[in-house]
Amino acid sequence: MSDIIRLTAAELADKLAAGEVSSVEATQAHLDRIAAVDGDVHAFLHVNEKALDAAADIDRRRAAGEQLGPIAGVPLAVKDVLVTTDMPSTSGSKILEGYMSPFDATVVARSRAAGLVPLGKTNMDEFAMGSSTEHSAYGPTHNPWDLERIPGGSGGGSAAAVAAFEAPLALGSDTGGSIRQPAHVTGTVGMKPTYGGVSRYGAIALASSLDQVGPVTRTVLDAGLLHDVIGGHDPHDSTSLTDAWPSFADAAREGAGGDVLKGLKVGVVKELPDSGFQAGVAESFRASLDVLQAHGAEIVEISAPHFEYGVAAYYLILPAEASSNLAKFDSVRFGMRVDLNGGTVEDVMAATRDAGFGDEVKRRIILGTYALSAGYYDAYYGSAQKVRTLIQQDFTNAFAEVDVIATPSAPTTAFKLGEKIGDPLQMYLNDLTTIPANLAGVPGISIPSGLASDDGLPVGIQFLAPAREDARLYRVGAALEAALVDSWGGPLLDRAPVLGGAR
Amino acid sequence: MAAKIMDFDKALELFEPVLGFEVHVELNTKTKMFSDAPNSFGREPNTDLAPVDLGLPGSMPVVNGQAVEYSISLGLALGCSIAASSRFARKNYFYPDLGKNYQISQYDEPIAYEGQVEVELEDGTLFQVPIERAHMEEDAGKLTHVGGAAGRIQGAEYSLVDYNRAGVPLVEIVTKPIFGAEHNAPELGAAYVRTIRDIVRALGISDARMERGNIRCDANVSLRPRGQEKLGTRTETKNVNSMRSVERAVRYEIQRQAAILADGGTITQETRHWHEDTGVTSPGRPKSDADDYRYFPEPDLLPVVPSLELIEELRAALPEPPAARRRRLKAEWGFADIEFQGVVNAGLLDEVEATIAAGATPTAARKWWMSEISRLANADGREPAELVTPGQVAELQKLVDAGTLTDKLARQVLEGMVAGEGTPQEIVDARGLAVVSDDGALIAAIDEALQAQPDVLAKIKDGKVQAAGAIIGAVMKAMRGQADAARVRELILERAAQ
Repeated sequence: MSDIIRLTAAELADKLAAGEVSSVEATQAHLDRIAAVDGDVHAFLHVNEKALDAAADIDRRRAAGEQLGPIAGVPLAVKDVLVTTDMPSTSGSKILEGYMSPFDATVVARSRAAGLVPLGKTNMDEFAMGSSTEHSAYGPTHNPWDLERIPGGSGGGSAAAVAAFEAPLALGSDTGGSIRQPAHVTGTVGMKPTYGGVSRYGAIALASSLDQVGPVTRTVLDAGLLHDVIGGHDPHDSTSLTDAWPSFADAAREGAGGDVLKGLKVGVVKELPDSGFQAGVAESFRASLDVLQAHGAEIVEISAPHFEYGVAAYYLILPAEASSNLAKFDSVRFGMRVDLNGGTVEDVMAATRDAGFGDEVKRRIILGTYALSAGYYDAYYGSAQKVRTLIQQDFTNAFAEVDVIATPSAPTTAFKLGEKIGDPLQMYLNDLTTIPANLAGVPGISIPSGLASDDGLPVGIQFLAPAREDARLYRVGAALEAALVDSWGGPLLDRAPVLGGAR
Repeated sequence: MAAKIMDFDKALELFEPVLGFEVHVELNTKTKMFSDAPNSFGREPNTDLAPVDLGLPGSMPVVNGQAVEYSISLGLALGCSIAASSRFARKNYFYPDLGKNYQISQYDEPIAYEGQVEVELEDGTLFQVPIERAHMEEDAGKLTHVGGAAGRIQGAEYSLVDYNRAGVPLVEIVTKPIFGAEHNAPELGAAYVRTIRDIVRALGISDARMERGNIRCDANVSLRPRGQEKLGTRTETKNVNSMRSVERAVRYEIQRQAAILADGGTITQETRHWHEDTGVTSPGRPKSDADDYRYFPEPDLLPVVPSLELIEELRAALPEPPAARRRRLKAEWGFADIEFQGVVNAGLLDEVEATIAAGATPTAARKWWMSEISRLANADGREPAELVTPGQVAELQKLVDAGTLTDKLARQVLEGMVAGEGTPQEIVDARGLAVVSDDGALIAAIDEALQAQPDVLAKIKDGKVQAAGAIIGAVMKAMRGQADAARVRELILERAAQ
């Protein structure tokens, strides 16, 4: 395996800046890696034929003395939920097979402007509905730690690509945990920014009030570097915040180097007892808390009594918004069309949606349509919004006492492909600890906390902070990451099995 | 098709009509309600588009600030309160003219609510129409049904859709139930729509061309038996798009519903289509309160929270209400009712006012716009205001007042103005149209005419002054009309006396 692909984005950026490696070399190394292992992993739905051209352009500009951004020339994997002008954007659905967008998502445009080299589009659950990437219309992605297991979802492709060293950086989207839960099961870092911190323009909407785009990487610093590129106000997204954000890379560096854990108050949610988690997950979580404590943090039990209603509220709000967001896929203007002989436009719309959407998408459209119906609105959507307010209050109360909240990132380690596909409720419970952040709009990060003692698979710890305090998560995450990597004697991913040896 | 109808007076004897109007006003902002695509009319289909107008994946709406300001101004002009915070919602339904398959509209939190508009009927009666709300929304695209009868979707072979109109900003003005219009109900409908048109014109927020659909009216009509408290079942006649049609449609619905109710029948709650040609309404789709658009707050947009300063600024800039303005102008100009109403009905109030402001007398200004300019416009199929400016008209009148032009010459100059030949003075110079004020030339022509008609000269000398008319005619002919007849007359009498 080439050394280049083992580098973090920060390390690679340094070598690019120093002229030790060219972007073309780095891009080629990752394309080679994709060619070698993606047949097994299936992280990518599309590989960018123009990646080397983009890399060569960066090399040329660097050679010409142009001042480039801090991570210019570093390759990037892009979740297929983000529209791109030079690659198809399907959101994992048959209904958008081959769809070419006339515009780039803002995060993609900003990545290009920063000199990042798009390697391709990554696999995902159809329209980001799922926790395993098994709901992709193009087949599942496999977890690089165990190819028989799920890579999480919906952004399993981005997490697996990063974990399998097919890309140093990836973009994800997180509606209820789609960045953080895949990070948890693949031993990678996933950050869901504050709602409005990163533009949603060009992210094919699942649930507009919950969706947030964010970085998927192998280190906290890399996440900060990518977040610095994609974040900030976008006039195309009315819900994007106009705040001036600090550098998240700087926050990560500060965390890794300083004493940020000293005196830090870390809240642990009383209503999420260890008994609710796989033993190995709870054990890894407790061990991380011990490390935090050993570095001077204070662990404080807090109460968030409404978290337990989060999943129920989420599965009303999300389908309701999704049922409306997905109405545009009707064959009239773009995308798949099922031609009927002599049918009305309604017939064609219905036939197209029947053929183009998978079962999980249909299930949620039906749920959402029902939840918004006259006579049910108050009982379902209305009540769910009230729960949302109560969860926001839980956070407000908690953050009056603590600086960050810590939880296991998900209840279990990676389960087997097919294990929960027939049981939507079990699948939905995967997002138990990640959903509250989306409902409240607060930022959350998942970083590797170790391997579960019971099955040897990766486990993540999630930190949550008040809205707009994303930098705090980078400081705390990088501090714990430094302590853990130190204790492990190297990154967790060094312990992942070797892939593609035979190829 | 034609339903049984009752005599209008008879219907009013038995039933009380209750009206309600929903008027959609297209705003003339530069760009669309939620995108930066041009807000245009009559362009090549499907050219003025942004991703969100087509509902493309990943597209997002952004509220047009100009449209918000226009909507606030309109709300204020309708006497409404402006909401400190209003919100957009999604109205969900599948239709191919709707790019996203939902319309972004305001639902339970409109930007303006609770107002009142003064409407003036033709006989001068003032009527207060209560306004429930005015809310912002986006227009849908335009469907053209091809291959069927009458351009309707039923029976069409296929339909074409033009999304240029998709996303054009609209304000929908909804009245409360209007009671007490009685026999005036049909006229009130027309007068109400005219008032809305005048208001949006005065505000300059809409092109207000009904024939282009800038203003569209849905008319709700219900009847209740005299003495009954409970409201009757209403029908909603959609897209009645001229003032005369509103009047006719309301009248027809009163007569149709009365006939059904008098026969012991019941009114179906439904939308109805207005047929301009036959003057009747026909059933559209059944409409019930159970129509389920699954409204929910638009999560892609923040609430609209205008500052108090902005609202007050817009309030201070409001033009005078049309009815009050008309009362003032009529008194200032001293026009008779019929003269003034003529100007109003011709939609030339602004032009006449501006012409007077530029120096013409009210009578002269009215005369120019109502007669010669309207005639030329009519012949061309254009609007009078498109032909000349009030300033030009006032300048033309100045030349008449100064004796440089006779009325007849002035009309020729006007034609030159319409043809784009320049200012009135330039045309006078170029065409050599000025009155001949050189007495020498006139006297020569008079002497010649008197010599040619000695019998007339004799009559004049006998004191039959009216005989001078024949000489005036001859002189004017010789001068090709470019003489002041009064002066010619004076000179004739002088010469005859010699």
